[in-house]
Amino acid sequence: MVKKIKIILNDKEVFCDEGLTIMQAAYDHGVELPNLCFHPDLSIKANCRICVVEIIGRKSLATACDTKVQEGMEIKTDTARVRYSRNLNIELIFAEHIEKCPTCIWRVNCKLLELADQYKIQITRFADRKGKRKIYKFANAVEIDGSQCIDCRNCIDACGNLQKINFLELGGKGISQEVAPVTEKSIFSFRDRNKKKVDCIYCGQCAVHCPVGAAQEHADWQFVEKALKDKSPQPPFIKGGTKIVVAQFAPSIRVSIGEEFGAEEGKVMTGQLVAALKKLGFHYVFDVNFSADITTIVEAEELLERIKSGQGLPMFTSCCPAWIKYVEFYRPDLIPNLTTARSPQIHGAGIIKTYWAEMLSTSGKKVKPKDIVVVSIMPCTAKKFEAGRAELKIKGSLPIDYVLTTRELAWLIKKNKINFKHLKPLAADNPLNQASGAAAIYGASGGVMESALRTAEYLMQTAQDTVCRDLKKIDKACGSSAGHRLEFQDVRGLEGVKTATLTMGGKKVRVAVVNGIGNIGPVLDNLKNFDYIEVMACPDGCIGGGGQPIPTTAEIRRKRLAALYKIDGASAVRKAHENRAALGVLSWLKRKGKLENEVLYTRYQKRK
Amino acid sequence: MYLNLDSRLRGNDKKEVASSPPASGGRNDNMYMNGILEKIKSAGLVGRGGAGFPVDKKWSAVQEAVGAKKYVVCNAAEGEPGLAKDGYILEQYPGKVINGMQIAIDFLSAPAAASADRAEVRGYLYLNYKYHKKLGKKIAALLKNSPIEIFVKPLNSGYIGGEESAALNAIEGRRIEPRLKPPFSSSKGLWGCPTLVNNVETFYNVSLVKSGQYKGNRFYTIGGDCPHEGVYELPESFTIEKVLKQTENYPKFPFFAQIGGNASGEVLSSRQLRRPVQGSGSIAVHSITKTNFKKIIIDWLDFFINESCGQCTPCREGTIRLKEIFIAEKPDWVLFNSLLDNLVDTSLCSLGSSVAVPIRSYLKNVYPTVNK
Repeated sequence: MVKKIKIILNDKEVFCDEGLTIMQAAYDHGVELPNLCFHPDLSIKANCRICVVEIIGRKSLATACDTKVQEGMEIKTDTARVRYSRNLNIELIFAEHIEKCPTCIWRVNCKLLELADQYKIQITRFADRKGKRKIYKFANAVEIDGSQCIDCRNCIDACGNLQKINFLELGGKGISQEVAPVTEKSIFSFRDRNKKKVDCIYCGQCAVHCPVGAAQEHADWQFVEKALKDKSPQPPFIKGGTKIVVAQFAPSIRVSIGEEFGAEEGKVMTGQLVAALKKLGFHYVFDVNFSADITTIVEAEELLERIKSGQGLPMFTSCCPAWIKYVEFYRPDLIPNLTTARSPQIHGAGIIKTYWAEMLSTSGKKVKPKDIVVVSIMPCTAKKFEAGRAELKIKGSLPIDYVLTTRELAWLIKKNKINFKHLKPLAADNPLNQASGAAAIYGASGGVMESALRTAEYLMQTAQDTVCRDLKKIDKACGSSAGHRLEFQDVRGLEGVKTATLTMGGKKVRVAVVNGIGNIGPVLDNLKNFDYIEVMACPDGCIGGGGQPIPTTAEIRRKRLAALYKIDGASAVRKAHENRAALGVLSWLKRKGKLENEVLYTRYQKRK
Repeated sequence: MYLNLDSRLRGNDKKEVASSPPASGGRNDNMYMNGILEKIKSAGLVGRGGAGFPVDKKWSAVQEAVGAKKYVVCNAAEGEPGLAKDGYILEQYPGKVINGMQIAIDFLSAPAAASADRAEVRGYLYLNYKYHKKLGKKIAALLKNSPIEIFVKPLNSGYIGGEESAALNAIEGRRIEPRLKPPFSSSKGLWGCPTLVNNVETFYNVSLVKSGQYKGNRFYTIGGDCPHEGVYELPESFTIEKVLKQTENYPKFPFFAQIGGNASGEVLSSRQLRRPVQGSGSIAVHSITKTNFKKIIIDWLDFFINESCGQCTPCREGTIRLKEIFIAEKPDWVLFNSLLDNLVDTSLCSLGSSVAVPIRSYLKNVYPTVNK
């Protein structure tokens, strides 16, 4: 049991656990202290110095984020001296951050503006000193704007200590210090000759841990806004040259977007999300859960094939585009081990632009892929990069036109003054609105694997190589799957690496789930011990993605995760291969010859 | 800087003969080693790096800290302008300094570790580049077969590179800047191991204490507008005035002095010198007629702006703003003062909190007499 100790907080005697920091203890007693550099995911750096408090008997002020409470400690959080220094430090920080409010998606929930307002800070006494700083862009996914950086170093910490990529470093010192990508010179220093080349994997953990939006996603919302403005009247009255604008949203968005509008963490808001997208002007809104079932089936079939032949094991999942970039750059030798299944957003968009386009076409007017604009709403910055991969083109054009992060979408909703929380829930559009519970859990670490295992086990036990695509026989095939295992608890949870040996259809399948790319080391060192490995680059999977609402912390991720498993548990259909609509699409694709390959599978390339 | 080594007044005039590697002796003798702590305590040794922390307390803290491995670091960074005594000591008495380090290593060794691999590095002499160039070879020869290595302080690491925990970062190859404390180096220092960091002069004194030669002297670096710049060894009880007079440096013209470093040191008027020297033991004499009030403050501010590691807001942002205000046509003195208060109150390390020392003491002790 943790010992309780007595402290005096703002003249009141209170009891708190020994070992807490002043910030934690104060929070537990209703005193919230301001902070910028503090993030529960990261080490305590105590460099912004705005959480200062007075401890009676100490010469100088103390930072509440790193100072531990002690028996009898007398703490004052709001004396004139505290206010003086706290406000001055906020003001100094403000002068580092060039206000780009008119184009900043952060202005509606900017921590700096909030602090300025709360403490009545004069924000113009000091001239901006970083006006000419560079913006570093990492592909079309993430960027770091030096002119907005407040030197808290959270991004470096996230990239290094959390993700262990170490792509960002701090150059210079004092006022000239700057967060920048590593250079050849800095990596190959005389001290450490063994370091390897480093590149960004676009995971966006820098962005989701940045308190002031200096590190953020490459913005695409302006283009989407334009596409929505230029839209034609509702189909089927498509006029020449105008577009149908379609949105598809990822499994993990529904449990996180509410947070942007004051909903409790982990609240499932699928209906409001669809309604908001419709209100923004999207003609059709599709749920990526549908295409996640496609991904599951394709991937499970491939897993089975590899296990049977014993070739290309272990097989890796490929849904996480940051992980794919990691393999292509750091471990190209493992490219053959990646499943060739495309990711759910690519599957979804490909199906929208082929299958659904055909369905939409009438005898008078054929809907071509280029008539459709597909906008993906993703928890992820790397999905922006994935969407631009040339090898994903179908009949010469890319399936996805734009990718927005959860944050960008929330911004668009706020910008258009849509009262998100009070929207009347709407269902996503059919025919692509059927989904199994297995799809919902794609957003959590271990979810992709669990979904694939549900289907793989069914196939193994029924001695089938592939899921039956013959529509007429589907009912029969599905019927026989009752009684197979649903929940694979071993691959669930928030540990960094989860491993299990499962017996499926008489075969032993050894699996590993890597939760966060920073934890991949030991698994890569023991590849021969595994047959199937899921890797999600972000902590706890997509619910902790680089494009998710800020703040995203372990506690919040836990709640989002619980919500996803709840959706799964409450689903009538919980296995991908029982999703009839998905089987229908697969069967349609099977009849299309070369197109099937183009929509379902992909390849990878070594990157330098 | 002035390394004009005036030896006229040194206590021991004989150049020291390099003693044999002092690794041997007393390693296993725990009784004896506890004896050294008692000796240090009764000699009243305080750290000579500037902070003046009691040496025995620091040693006990490292001794009591839990750790299979413990390190000893001798800080010979001497990065602040106006200081030269560590270089002087290393030149004159390198064997004594190394002996002091070895005493510390033996003191911190568990009896079981006494037979440990000799080649294992247990101590680092953290040497600035200038001293390394001048003395490195000589010292390296003395360190043969000892568990102590020279670590050359990176060239661009500046003043902050001499801060205790920044020095440890430098040795580890990490960004050279102070660490957040606690934990202190004594419990988590080099690579997380308990680490004893002392100044050159401190180890020198430890060696003297051990051999019963410690006489309560300290080294003074004297410079500025005076005829006999250099390093002097004199009793630590001497007042500043007496030190200046003994060294024939007491000016005949109106002057003030900066004590304990030419950047962070306190400024005293000539009437305030009847007190002993504090901190790292430097005395810089400034002629009042020659000193430009604006320039001296701008020089200090420039120093702190350049040397700030950039970690914490009050120092990184505050120092540059102080200068902006100071050179403005109509300085906002209230804000200037607030920024100084803020540095004292909220800086992460002592570099930040020392910015106010020279400026405030100058304005308080000297400025009024200048502008009479």
